[in-house]
Amino acid sequence: MSKEWPLWEIFIRGQHGLSHRHVGSLHAPDAEMAIKNARDVYTRRNEGQSIWVVEAKHISASNPSDKGPMYEPSESKVYRHPTFFDIPEDVGAM
Amino acid sequence: MSALFEFCLRMGDNTLVLGHRVSEWCGHAPVLEEDIALANTALDLIGQTQLWLGLAAEVQGEGKSADDLAFLRDAWDFRNALLCELPNGDFGQTLMRQYLFDEWHCMMLNALRSSTEKRVSDIADKAIKEASYHLERSRDTVIGLGDGTTESHARMQAALDYLYPYVGELFVADGHDEAATKAGIAPDLASLRDGYDAALSATMAAAMLTIPDDKFAHKGGRTGRMHTEHLGHMLTQMQWLQRAYPGASW
Amino acid sequence: MYAQMVKSTGEGVKSRDEMSPEEAAFQDRIDQDIKIEPKDWMPEGYRKTLIRQIGQHAHSEIVGQLPEGNWITRAPTLERKAILLAKVQDEAGHGLYLYCAAETLGVSRDELTEDLLSGRMKYSSIFNYPTLNWADMGAVGWLVDGAAIMNQVPLQRTSFGPYSRAMIRICKEESFHQRQGYDIMMKMAQGTEAQKKMAQDALNRTWYPALMMFGPSDKDSVHSAQSLAWKIKIDTNDELRQRFVDQTVPQAEYLGLTIPDENLKWNDEKGGYDFSQPDWEEFFDVVRGNGPCNVDRLAARNKAWDDGAWVRDGLLAHAEKRAARKTAAE
Repeated sequence: MSKEWPLWEIFIRGQHGLSHRHVGSLHAPDAEMAIKNARDVYTRRNEGQSIWVVEAKHISASNPSDKGPMYEPSESKVYRHPTFFDIPEDVGAM
Repeated sequence: MSALFEFCLRMGDNTLVLGHRVSEWCGHAPVLEEDIALANTALDLIGQTQLWLGLAAEVQGEGKSADDLAFLRDAWDFRNALLCELPNGDFGQTLMRQYLFDEWHCMMLNALRSSTEKRVSDIADKAIKEASYHLERSRDTVIGLGDGTTESHARMQAALDYLYPYVGELFVADGHDEAATKAGIAPDLASLRDGYDAALSATMAAAMLTIPDDKFAHKGGRTGRMHTEHLGHMLTQMQWLQRAYPGASW
Repeated sequence: MYAQMVKSTGEGVKSRDEMSPEEAAFQDRIDQDIKIEPKDWMPEGYRKTLIRQIGQHAHSEIVGQLPEGNWITRAPTLERKAILLAKVQDEAGHGLYLYCAAETLGVSRDELTEDLLSGRMKYSSIFNYPTLNWADMGAVGWLVDGAAIMNQVPLQRTSFGPYSRAMIRICKEESFHQRQGYDIMMKMAQGTEAQKKMAQDALNRTWYPALMMFGPSDKDSVHSAQSLAWKIKIDTNDELRQRFVDQTVPQAEYLGLTIPDENLKWNDEKGGYDFSQPDWEEFFDVVRGNGPCNVDRLAARNKAWDDGAWVRDGLLAHAEKRAARKTAAE
């Protein structure tokens, strides 16, 4: 078996100006081909405006067992979420 | 027949025949990502065919459709360049054929954007976006394989040697082409040659490939005078259902 | 289905008392519909079963390109050609998504491919049947994709995150597949006598192989019980098959075509149709490699892979050369 093309993670910013979102992965010999392949594989239905590719081995991930310490602090800061605040209906949309 | 009709056939038959060839790869490409990319190219070319042959049928004014033109003409009525009908060969030959065509196609479509015939410039405006991407991809692949392993280099050189004699036809004008140029519909074909040669040289240098010295050019496809034997076999497949069950609606 | 007869550990479902603390915590998460992600702890059997199931599903998409690809060059109109090509291309894409999902479990796509090519891993039996006339493109879309969707829609809720996300994407993209198939069938069924004949012929040949897609009855299978408990299988084979028949019969009636089953009739009591089982002996023959197209299908995939080796190697060699040149220049 000859050597496999590296695996790339693909991030695409859709048409609505949102952040790049992980859409999936693919194989490619290098970053440029990964971008081209991403265009062909992941934007067949006009989904994308901008493509990022990252070789999968360069992604560091948090450990699931750290879930407590990593995320608990933010869970207690409920005031960061807009629904925390009761705004009278008379004020209108906010 | 009018210069515009003939011109549309030449554009539409190129994309029809080449699109058909590329579609033959579906399910058989060297790697999934390439399989998907080739299908996109074929889909674009088939889409462009619908536009060109649709316009041809409209200009012809005999109540025919793009499908009638695609499926009910015999080989001598096809006006594609011979390059487009040559068999796929290996993946390298397919991508080399694609590159040699794409480079010409982009120059042609770019020139057509300023055609005096609005229906032509409209099609060119749409098609150029697709063709530019095809070119980017086929050029990179030709360079990658040319400057890859010893084997891939040898295969790409063989593909170039086989296909290069079919390049010249793309730039040889006949009476119909001259009429189209005169009417402002299409550019003078010969005027595209220098730009093409420069682009080709740059790509082949990057791909470590040698362009053959011999400038001999096979021709006869665009005029319909003499196609290769390959076209007939393609048409027997492509047109079989329409021919075997005339008048049916699909 | 696309993943028929996937074997799990074969040990049967463990009771709570038999589970280790990790296993119990794992099962709790599944029972609470919390997705399992690649880096989470998982029982080895879960991981292995998933690799088999997702791999088989991916292989089915890839081999599934062939029977429909068989008609791309003969499609009767430019539009039909484009639609069919787009559909078969989607299948390649779906195979790709699924391989990627499997890769998160620590197996490479090349390893899975080698297992397919050597016959060690299976793909759905349906793709070992031939496509013989144009109406088969209709029947495949209508019945084969119809059956696949029936299985894939619930799989969007499967417990393994990457598999579930792949299924969501696939279901979204596949919504047009069944419709385009039925659209072809409508044209054919309302067309000339010859076209009607093609449509009926396609239905006759596709009906039972489509029913086989759900796999043999698994009400007594230990593998299925484990997979159901792990939520990598959502419904039993028989439930899905019944749902498929109930959905399809009125569609065939609308077309004016006859489903090739003399025992087919509505059963008020169960609120569904009674129908004949497919020939399970034939099914096992096909699974063992003796279907009409097994040899051809595997030969085609092997040829594509072998012929493509120089391309994969060439492009990778070029990428490495470029990277080396870039490093040297810096």
